[in-house]
Amino acid sequence: MQPDTTAGRQRAPLRFATVGSVDDGKSTLIGRLLLDSKSIFEDQLEHIEAVSKRRGNDYVDLALLTDGLRAEREQGITIDVAYRYFSTPVRSFIIADCPGHVQYTRNAITGASTADLALVLVDARHGIVEQTRRHSLLVSLLGVPHLVICVNKMDLVGHDRDQFDAIRQEFTEFAARLDLRDVTFIPISALDGDNVVDRSANMTWYEGPTLLHHLETVYTASDENLIDVRFPVQYVIRPQRADHHDYRGYAGTVAAGTLRPGDEVLVLPSGLTSRIARIDTADGPVDEARPSMAVTVLLADDLDVSRGDMICRPNNHPTPSQDLDATIAWMDSEAPLALRRVYALKHTTRTVRAMITDVHYRLDVHSLHRDTEATELKLNEIGRVTLRATAPLFADDYRRSRVTGSFVLIDEATNQTVAAGMLRTATA
Amino acid sequence: MVTRVAGATAQLEDEAITIIREVAAECERPVLLFSGGKDSVVMLHLARRAFWPARIPFPVMHVDTGHNFDEVIAFRDRTVDLFDVKLIVASVQDSIDRGRVHEDTGPRASRNPLQTVTLLDAITEHRFDAVFGGARRDEERARAKERVVSHRDEFGQWDPKNQRPELWGIYNTRRNRGEHVRVFPLSNWTELDVWRFIAERDVELPSLYFAHHRQVFRRDGMLMATNRHVPRLDGEEPFEALVRFRTIGDATCTAAVESAAFTVDDIVAETAVARVTERGATRADDRISEAGMEDRKRQGYF
Ligand SMILES: Nc1nc2c(ncn2[C@@H]2O[C@H](COP(=O)(O)OP(=O)(O)O)[C@@H](O)[C@H]2O)c(=O)[nH]1
Repeated sequence: MQPDTTAGRQRAPLRFATVGSVDDGKSTLIGRLLLDSKSIFEDQLEHIEAVSKRRGNDYVDLALLTDGLRAEREQGITIDVAYRYFSTPVRSFIIADCPGHVQYTRNAITGASTADLALVLVDARHGIVEQTRRHSLLVSLLGVPHLVICVNKMDLVGHDRDQFDAIRQEFTEFAARLDLRDVTFIPISALDGDNVVDRSANMTWYEGPTLLHHLETVYTASDENLIDVRFPVQYVIRPQRADHHDYRGYAGTVAAGTLRPGDEVLVLPSGLTSRIARIDTADGPVDEARPSMAVTVLLADDLDVSRGDMICRPNNHPTPSQDLDATIAWMDSEAPLALRRVYALKHTTRTVRAMITDVHYRLDVHSLHRDTEATELKLNEIGRVTLRATAPLFADDYRRSRVTGSFVLIDEATNQTVAAGMLRTATA
Repeated sequence: MVTRVAGATAQLEDEAITIIREVAAECERPVLLFSGGKDSVVMLHLARRAFWPARIPFPVMHVDTGHNFDEVIAFRDRTVDLFDVKLIVASVQDSIDRGRVHEDTGPRASRNPLQTVTLLDAITEHRFDAVFGGARRDEERARAKERVVSHRDEFGQWDPKNQRPELWGIYNTRRNRGEHVRVFPLSNWTELDVWRFIAERDVELPSLYFAHHRQVFRRDGMLMATNRHVPRLDGEEPFEALVRFRTIGDATCTAAVESAAFTVDDIVAETAVARVTERGATRADDRISEAGMEDRKRQGYF
């Protein structure tokens, strides 16, 4: 198979997040994926063989491959998100390896925020447990477009089809309450390698793809929002050089939509309109800019545009607003959310200040129950809030546009990132 | 007008440019670490692409151990002229002369660990608040958890347990006076991606990266170049071999690999099937201990 290209661009790496509880076999699975796809280097393998032997294991502990910082090594668990890279001739992959424990929910949210796909592990012996529900909720909230439920340790349930079907059935019923667009179930044994890279001889009843095949072929191009043109201005380029004397370009990365020279545009917050004169890159002008491309837009008219402004279309643009409705995940271990306290709020390239004026409810991440009595959110808690900002934001609904629908809150005293926010707008 | 037919690294390139622009917009005094090594050369090219047709709006800095390969220093000076950027040289020798650090002696001594002090002193002296580096997460295990924008306190220290969550493509560059952020736009690149970029963008590199005949000797299973800065131990007999370097740092701790890769395309092909990580193969300093890199990073190393 040849690497495919869309619109002249090589396919981007697939970013996937793995979430699992301790002992579900997540590290073993990642080690297996790396090993069987021949992405492990000899010195890495030698290292884990040596450590396994020193610890008295009688097999090579693949989990050691993904084991990073010393604190984690000492405790034997994954705390922070660790990023891994591997590729096959068909696609390259970026894994965000996330801890599963409730105490590290913020890390799982961080890993999921950039993921095209989430991989949740389920122990075939235990089926859907509290953690599975929590992880699936996070995947749903963060709008990860694709979910794979890996039913692991099939070897411990005799590779039993009924067990697998029952788990699938139970999950499907639960997931009806979530916003999951594409769910795939794969029965695997990470330890033995069944259905990870190679098809399992033990589960001939399973006719779906192996995990790696699914990862290689999952179609992500349609996950991009190509409709709503959103170009947050990041940096104004003014060369101040004789050969480019009048050059004034708006550099930025396309958040959504497709921009072309000649397009009518509207700039927020001014509301002024113009036309795209040219779209520049260091290789010269291009005739189209699509989501995630870093380009420089030149306008036909001399408008006063600066960082934090947003270029959109006259008939399709966010309504600037200081009042925001959002689901937020609290991430600060030092202090809980404080009502009416002012935080810095960063949304695309725009930073304003904002306070939370109301907590509508706190979400129970296991039962999905909404506690409307809640007035604060602590570390790892998720809730629906209203915010008031010092200046208007150009907000889209997160479910429609991940880039222009997301923001972070920063504590101005500690500079810590204290919350992740997903905007809700009435129109979506 | 061209339709961009972008290569394998287009998406990673866009991500890196986005990061460079964001930090240049939010920080007052950024600097790019430039050693002449391939990752820093790629960074320099990306910086130029990010601000084209304007000049790169920040200087570059080399932390010079004084034990570099002559070819690399010549390349460094030629390149900064070509890119029309200001070069600041922070010298480890100066730190030694001023008594800021103490130099170990002996055949196995390396100035590599001393660089941390020189780097932090230079950051303070020039009041840099953002330091771009070419480190990648695939290089080493402690780096796998490093943020793209990574906060350093007023002592230059990294606290891996207290890292800021980094969500979506939203980067938190806030810092107090005297603190800075380290910024790693190549975080998501692999060694192969770096070589593909070099191939696609016709990036010039120091000649050491390409196969050449050189006097080497064997130490700890690695091939070290004979060099006036590296005294040999008993039994370390020099011989000639066809080698190239996969990473280039201080001559005292960078080893060569046997290779007949004479061109960038040869190297891309060789890297695609490489069985040993570049640091595992060639960096004597990374072999110190299991947690060697993490410890040095905590103290403020690159
Ligand atoms: N029998 C069996 N054991 C497994 C399988 N996958 C993982 N394990 C074992 O389950 C334990 C926990 O695995 P590990 O990968 O460390 O789990 P993590 O905490 O989710 O990363 C280890 O003893 C593994 O060897 C599997 O498919 N079958």
